[in-house]
Amino acid sequence: MANASSLEKVVRNRARRRFGLLLLKRLGEALPTVLGIMVLNFLLLNSAPGNAVDALVGIMGASDPEFVARMTAQFGLDRSMPERLAIYIGNLFTFNLGNSYYFNRPVADLIFERLGATLLLMLSSIGLAVVVGVTLGITSARYFNTLLDRVIGLIALLLYAMPVFWVGLMLIILFSVKLEWFPMGGASTIGADNGPFYAAVDVLRHLALPMITLSLYFIATYTRLMRASMLETLHKDYIRTARAKGVPERAIAYRHALRNALLPVVTVIGVQMGALLGGSVIVETVFGWPGLGRLAYESVVQRDFNVLLGILFMSSIVVLTVNLLIDLVYAKLDPRIEI
Amino acid sequence: MLTQEPPQLTSAFNTTLPNGVVGTKVLEGLLAYDEKMQPKPSLATSWSVSNDGLEYTFKLRPNVSWHDGKPFTSADVAYSAMNVWKTLHPRGRIIFSSLTAVNTPDPLTAVFKLSKSSPVLLSALHSYESQILPKHLYDGTDVTLNPWNLKPIGTGPFVFKEWRRGQYIMLERNPNYWDKPKPAIERLILRLFVDPGARSAAFETGSADIGYFSPVTLADAERLKKRTDMMITTNGYQYATPMFFMELNLRNPPLNDVRVRQAISHAIDRQFIIKNIFMGYATPATGPIQSSSQFYEPNVAQYPYDPAKANALLDEAGLKRGPNGMRFRITHDPVPQNQEHALTADYVKQALAVVGIDVEIRKQDLASQIKRVSSWNFDMSSNPLFAMFDPALGVTRLFWSGNIKQGIPFTNVSGFSDPLMDSAIEAQSTERDLKKRIAHFSVLQKIAQQQVPLIYLLEVNYLTIANKRLNGHTVDGAAPFSSFADVKID
Repeated sequence: MANASSLEKVVRNRARRRFGLLLLKRLGEALPTVLGIMVLNFLLLNSAPGNAVDALVGIMGASDPEFVARMTAQFGLDRSMPERLAIYIGNLFTFNLGNSYYFNRPVADLIFERLGATLLLMLSSIGLAVVVGVTLGITSARYFNTLLDRVIGLIALLLYAMPVFWVGLMLIILFSVKLEWFPMGGASTIGADNGPFYAAVDVLRHLALPMITLSLYFIATYTRLMRASMLETLHKDYIRTARAKGVPERAIAYRHALRNALLPVVTVIGVQMGALLGGSVIVETVFGWPGLGRLAYESVVQRDFNVLLGILFMSSIVVLTVNLLIDLVYAKLDPRIEI
Repeated sequence: MLTQEPPQLTSAFNTTLPNGVVGTKVLEGLLAYDEKMQPKPSLATSWSVSNDGLEYTFKLRPNVSWHDGKPFTSADVAYSAMNVWKTLHPRGRIIFSSLTAVNTPDPLTAVFKLSKSSPVLLSALHSYESQILPKHLYDGTDVTLNPWNLKPIGTGPFVFKEWRRGQYIMLERNPNYWDKPKPAIERLILRLFVDPGARSAAFETGSADIGYFSPVTLADAERLKKRTDMMITTNGYQYATPMFFMELNLRNPPLNDVRVRQAISHAIDRQFIIKNIFMGYATPATGPIQSSSQFYEPNVAQYPYDPAKANALLDEAGLKRGPNGMRFRITHDPVPQNQEHALTADYVKQALAVVGIDVEIRKQDLASQIKRVSSWNFDMSSNPLFAMFDPALGVTRLFWSGNIKQGIPFTNVSGFSDPLMDSAIEAQSTERDLKKRIAHFSVLQKIAQQQVPLIYLLEVNYLTIANKRLNGHTVDGAAPFSSFADVKID
């Protein structure tokens, strides 16, 4: 017994060390990646003609040279580009994301005010997309080349083809304007105060349409991917063995094939985190969802580049974190993969 | 309805429109204005001007308190004028340039001392333009970063309650408002709708009762107009009429030839633009000053749509058509604010091609366009600038040769310089006799239309869309910035 438990401990310790090493290694990779992304973003954004002062005086209708000069100096835009880049990157190391030109407040405050809403929208959409997409994909593969398979294929094609902003507006017109099932815009009913349970239900009612809109494209992706992956897995030797042993088809699909077939889908989730944030820019704007996507859109229009850079910084961290999590899920799904 | 998140909730030093829409419900100015833009009492109950025009005395309303209970006094006025409007406000530096001091002989008297007379001053004390901030919360702080900018304390009919970022701002009735029993509504919620399509859906579902500054596309407005519960009005914008015009860079030949500029003006059919692009929500501009202004001069040179005349003028200027039928090529940087501006640019390109001018449209975002035009790197551009309540603010800056300043937006970017124009502009700036001032502006309009450094196209009508159950929302010439004290719900 004593031997067994010490062996267990050794194995556990080794696993823990390996995990620690992996985290370190990933962190070592992530740091230069994020830094590279930020430098590139900074240079790209600042290479366009015009700056935040131009956008601001455009909005305010100011034409006083001293006003323009004061704003330019206040924002530090009178310095040279390499100088500004150095200051910006230096500040990043202390997690100082600078000030918003438009809102005249720290970028970190603006981002944290809205991060929760965006994460809720993104995670619920991707969750919905995975559940629906995987189910449709498996069904499609199991009923390969039947009418059901073709109908699912057609639906997926339609979801691919419909532009997100259009779907959003159509859902608003149908479910908010005509049927009045869901509220219109925002994340909560204004001034409602009926306790935490109703508050949660209220947020879910506001979340439903933007979540569905954002997930549609990803449902299509996962349906197609899952179908292909499932079809491939169902032709593997071990499945044939299971069939030969008389395992029912349903059990083959869900118990034997699903785990292996999921791997490509899990990979794609990680890859698509960036696309998801891109989609949330449109969805949040159409639905008035108070998240980072809409903040990003507004900061582009206003040339509020500190805010935009801050959001890109956050999103690159989210993408890297999710990809790390995905590696862990991978190992869980397929014991042959070592972390 | 708000169409854009405000950066702050006061327009005392940041005149972004949503700041004004929200701020004017909470904070107030010395004066209010009727629909003819004539001053009427607000926080000042009466005012007088000394004979030499160098001293303006305002008697303040007694027994007014800030929302935190502190009394409102002349010290607040003096602080706001000297430390905020004169130093931090984007236009205030010009309006109050001759203001040397504000004396406060007693808590209810504020005396503005000027170094030279300033006829524009009395038109500029509106709650949007010159908002009074509470000295006790701002004195000694960095005004632009003061936390009270985000949760304002004012004297107005509504008290700030909550700002949920990206969603809404909630204001509640001020039970101690000086103009009791106003306001009539208990709670005022300013909701944010960024997407124009979602905005019209918001009106249809009753999620929004009123929106200013053309909140929906003109096509959607036509649809909403047919509903029995909605109304659309173009009233209430005399304060800030957008004059849609094109700027020509006179440094670049052949645009330095007045005949070419006149030809361009003749080649454009303003009625076509109004009918097909602005859906009728605009009128032809006859010159730089809006027709609703007391300074408007109708008897100026006009350039009615006449391609034959345009061709003749271009021939006369010696610009022969090349083998491709074109005489010369220019770039055009249209303002990228909305669809109507883009469509107008497309129309202008086609219209000028008819008379042999090849137009290359450069598409870009607003900051890039402003940068290009203000650094004089353009041939032709378009702009929908507010003419403002006094032409000394919105119009003279475009024509005065002293305002040819490279890199500064909304200045005299065309490089136009005319001694008669300059002397008219300089004379009006200190002229206290209204009739003489009107005469100076008449000279300005005549020269502007004779020389056409800017081609005035349209006076654009902004739309206010409102639910019919709402009353009293358009009572003066600055409806978007009204205090809502008079608004009632049926």
